[in-house]
Amino acid sequence: MDILQVKDLKKYFSSQKAVDSISFRLGKGSIFGLLGPNGAGKTTLIRMITGIFYPDEGEILFEERPFNPVKDIVHIGYMPEERGLYKKMKIGEQAVYLAQLKGLSKQEATRKVKEWFVKFEMQTWWNKKVEDLSKGMGQKLQFVTTVLHEPRLIILDEPFSGLDPVNSNLIKDQIHTLARKGSTIIFSTHRMEQVEEICDHIILVNRGQKILDGSVAGVKQQFKENLFSIGLEDANTGPPPAADAFEVVGSKEGALIVKIQDGHRPNDVLSYFISKGRNITAFTEILPSLNDIFIRLVEGTPLARQFAPVTA
Amino acid sequence: MNKTWLITRREYSTRVRNKTFLLSTFLLPLMVIVFIVGSVLIASQGHSRHRVAVMDANGYFKDYLRGDSAISFGFSADLDTTNYAEKGYTAMLIIPVLPEKQKTVYRLKYKKQLGLAAAADLESRIDNAIVDHMIYQKTSISRSMLDSIRKSSHIAQMKSFEDNGKVAKASSQGASTAVGYVSGILIYMLTFIYGAAVMRGVMEEKTNRIAEVIVSSVKPFQLMMGKITGIGAVGLTQFLLWVIFLFGLMIFAQMLVPHDVLKEVQQLQQANAMGTPTAMPASETAQKVYQATGFLNSPNWGLILTCFLFYFIGGYLFYSALFAAVGSAVNEDIQEAQSLMLPITMPVIFSFFIMTIAVQDPGGQLATWASIIPFSSPIVMMARIPFGVPGTVPWWQLGLSMALLVAGFIFTVWMAGKIYRTGILLYGKKPTWKTMWKWAFKA
Repeated sequence: MDILQVKDLKKYFSSQKAVDSISFRLGKGSIFGLLGPNGAGKTTLIRMITGIFYPDEGEILFEERPFNPVKDIVHIGYMPEERGLYKKMKIGEQAVYLAQLKGLSKQEATRKVKEWFVKFEMQTWWNKKVEDLSKGMGQKLQFVTTVLHEPRLIILDEPFSGLDPVNSNLIKDQIHTLARKGSTIIFSTHRMEQVEEICDHIILVNRGQKILDGSVAGVKQQFKENLFSIGLEDANTGPPPAADAFEVVGSKEGALIVKIQDGHRPNDVLSYFISKGRNITAFTEILPSLNDIFIRLVEGTPLARQFAPVTA
Repeated sequence: MNKTWLITRREYSTRVRNKTFLLSTFLLPLMVIVFIVGSVLIASQGHSRHRVAVMDANGYFKDYLRGDSAISFGFSADLDTTNYAEKGYTAMLIIPVLPEKQKTVYRLKYKKQLGLAAAADLESRIDNAIVDHMIYQKTSISRSMLDSIRKSSHIAQMKSFEDNGKVAKASSQGASTAVGYVSGILIYMLTFIYGAAVMRGVMEEKTNRIAEVIVSSVKPFQLMMGKITGIGAVGLTQFLLWVIFLFGLMIFAQMLVPHDVLKEVQQLQQANAMGTPTAMPASETAQKVYQATGFLNSPNWGLILTCFLFYFIGGYLFYSALFAAVGSAVNEDIQEAQSLMLPITMPVIFSFFIMTIAVQDPGGQLATWASIIPFSSPIVMMARIPFGVPGTVPWWQLGLSMALLVAGFIFTVWMAGKIYRTGILLYGKKPTWKTMWKWAFKA
C-alpha cells in the first residue's frame, strides 16, 4: 500500500515556481530521501504534504484517500529544518504539550514522553528549561517530540544538523527501528553519505521539478559508467594494456580502473587479462556515489534560484 | 480536546504563573492612581495668582473692582506700561473713559499670557464692576447694601438628575467624568499592554522557530486565535483581580466608619430617596460619608461594568489581531516592528485624545462619532457611558457601536489570520504594507 501519493503538485509564488508539477508515490515502511540543492522546492513540497500550504494544483493521497489536513495531520510527524522550542517552558511540560497538540490525551502524552526520555536517557531533563540545553540536546528533544505520537509518516528535514556522531547514531538507530515498526520516513537533506546509508529510495528535485526518482541501488545502476576496478599483481608495471573491449581510465594501488566500451561485457576484460597471463586479485564494479550523481545533475543549473517571473 | 483551547491554556498558564503578571497587577493600579493624582495636582497648580495693575480714566473701578486670592488689583498712580512688570504685576489693564450706550475698547497688556480661564474671569469682574457702579449711580441703594447683596446672594446650588422616563436618578457630573476618564485610560492601557504582549508572543514563536513545528499540528489561525484568547484571558483575570481589590477596599473603608455615623448616613439616604428635606441635622462626618457614597452610587455600575467588559474584549480583539499580524511579519528586529506598528498605535493614541474631549462634552459630534467607529469606540464609548444610558448615549448609538465593533474585530481577525499564515513562516527581509496587503487580500 502506498502511504503517500503525490500527483502533479504545483505551488507558485509570485516570484518563482516553487513546486512545478511534481509526482511520486511512497510505499509503506520505506525510508525515502528527498534531495535537492538549496531552494529546489523541498521545503515547499513538504509544507504541502504536512498541510501547512495548500497546493495550487494537483492532488495528495494519504493512505490512498485524498489528504485531509485536519484529520490526517495526527498521523504525520514533521521536524522542520527551521525548528525551535519555547525557551522558557519546562522540557517535560513542553513535550507533553506538543504531543497533546497532536491529539494525545494528557495521560497518554505524559506516559509516552516518560518512555522516550528513558530511551534517550533524558529523565533528568524534565524540569529544566530549553534555554539550559545545548544545541544537540535540543535536537534530541525535538526528535522525540516529532515521533512521540507514533506517526505513520515521519518527515525529517536535516535531522542530524548540530548532532555529534554518538547522538547521530542514536537517532539513526531510532529511524531504522521506526521504519521496521511500519512508519514511513521522508528524510530531506543535502548530506549524500547519510542518504546512501539510510535511504531505500530517493527523489531528487531541482528548480521545482523532479529530476530523478528510484531506489538507491536502481539510481546507481542507472548512472553507472561501466567502470570496474581490476586488481592485478604488478598492476603498474609494463605497458598499459590496450584492447577494444575497454579503456584504462585510471589506476590505484594494485588495481586499474577500466571503462568497458559499449557492446562489451566484463567477461571480455577478464579474458583479456587472463590471455595475457596476468594474475587477477580482484574485480569489482565501481558504482557512482549519490554525491557524484547529485553534482552531475544539478551542476550547471543556477544554484541559488533566480527570481524569474512566473509565466504559467 | 480542541487544539485552540490547548494553545489558549498554555498561553494563559505560562503568563499567569509569571512574576511579571503579579507585578503588573499591582503596579498598574498604582500607576493609574499616580497619573490621576498627578494630573489633578498639575491642574490645580494651573490656578496661579495674578496681580493686575489698573490705569483707570473713569476713577470708579478702584471702588468696584473686586480682587481676591486668584486675581488682585493695584491702583497706584505711579504705575504705567513701562514699569508694571518691575513692580511685581503680571499684567496692566488700561481702561479709557467709558461713555454710556457705546462700546469702548479697553486694553490688557502683559509679558506672559494669563490663560483663557483667568482672562475670562478678569473680563467678568470688570463687567460686574460696571454693573455695580451703574446700580449705585442710578438707584438710591446704599453702598453697604449693594456689597452685602453681592456677598450673600450665593445661596443656590445646582443638583443634576438623569431623566430616564420613570424615575429621576441623582447623578453627578463629577462622578461621571471621573469614571469615564478612568475607564477610558484603563481600556487604552490594556489595549496597548495586551496588544503588545500578543505581538511579542508571535515574534517569539517566529524567532524561536517553533512556529513551523506548531503549524504542522494545528492551523496557523488556531495558533493565532489561541494566543489572542489566552492573553485576553490573562487581561480579564487581571481586571477581575482589580475589581475584587477595589471592592475589598470599599468594604474595608466602610468598616472604618463608626456605627452611629453609618446610621445617620442611612437616614440621609432614605430622606433623599423620598425627596423630603432632612428632618434632623446630620453630623458633618455623616454628611461627608453620604456624599462619598452618593458619588460611588450615582453611576450605573452594572451597566458600566458590563459595557467595560464588552469594550475591553471587543477592543482587545480588534487591535490584538492587528498586533499579531505585525508580529508575524517582522523578524527579530524590534525596530522593524515599531515602524509597522505605527499605523496601529496612531488610532489608539488618537482615540485617547478624543476620549479626553469626550469626558468634557460627552454628547458632542466628535465624541458621538468616535464612539461609534470601531477604531476608537472602545476607548471613547467607555468615556461617555458613565454620563448615562439612554440619556447621553441613546440605545441606538450603543447598539450600533457594539455591532460595528463586533463586525470590526471579525474583519481584523480574518485579515490578520491571512497575513499571519504567510508571515509566520517567512524569514528574510521585512515586508512592506503593500506586500502584507497582498497576503491579506490576494493570497
